[in-house]
Amino acid sequence: MDAGGVPIEILLVEDNPGDARLTREALRDAKVRNNLHVAADGVEALAFLRREGKHAAVPKPDLILLDLNLPKKDGREVLDEIKRDDRLRHIPVVILTTSQAERDIAESYRLRANAYVTKPVDLEQFLKVVRSIEHFWLEIVKLSRI
Amino acid sequence: MTSTAPGAPIEVLLIEDNADDAALTIRALERAKVHNRVRLAVTGAEALAMLRHEGPYAAEPRPDLILLDLNLPAKDGRQVLAEIKADEELRHIPVVVVTGSTASADVAESYRLHANAYVTKPIDTQEFIEAINSIEQFWLQIVRLP
Repeated sequence: MDAGGVPIEILLVEDNPGDARLTREALRDAKVRNNLHVAADGVEALAFLRREGKHAAVPKPDLILLDLNLPKKDGREVLDEIKRDDRLRHIPVVILTTSQAERDIAESYRLRANAYVTKPVDLEQFLKVVRSIEHFWLEIVKLSRI
Repeated sequence: MTSTAPGAPIEVLLIEDNADDAALTIRALERAKVHNRVRLAVTGAEALAMLRHEGPYAAEPRPDLILLDLNLPAKDGRQVLAEIKADEELRHIPVVVVTGSTASADVAESYRLHANAYVTKPIDTQEFIEAINSIEQFWLQIVRLP
């Protein structure tokens, strides 16, 4: 549980605008106050996390939701770079992807994804999954806010 | 939504030296929607022996999910976590730290050691059961385990 007041900063790395919009809608109704930032490709996500260029003043995210199939730099590569970076590796990364391939699941956990969740195609199910992520990671988990 | 075939129970390894907390956790998981089987280790050394199929644990199933207390006799939970996440055979298994500690240093260190999630045990029994239920809902119903 988070101390009252300070919103939880979430970075969503997602190139599909429809999925990004739905995720934003599901998180807007969350019990815990949060700010959602969206990066549409892997390069932008890492620039955001490292506060490069136009991202110099952005907050450090408390939680990252990462799609695997991304333009410019693949989600697997983004995950690997985050988990090898001493300043970033403590941030939980939840993979949120349409891929159900066992190989992607196994590889993501080996690359130290904190959890792997598949995106349901059905709209209601998609919203339910995002709300479950919100409930567990924002209300139950203790995040490392350093 | 987990990858386990219908019928095959999800194997959970609970590493917990407090008999009351272990009993509450096991009871909450027994009531879960998803068929699961909980094995209990009461020390860190026993947990690692089970995970490595040593001695009397040769026929032990490989867990799909580990719930780990931090303060344990005969090898601390932090050490157990570090050993699991440094072991090529074990590092893909999600480890959820479930502990009485709310210290920021423990939270930060656990994530740095690649804990998949950090949950503090509520003191109130009802809240404790709800926390276990939330872990069950997210990890057994939403997440794709390796």
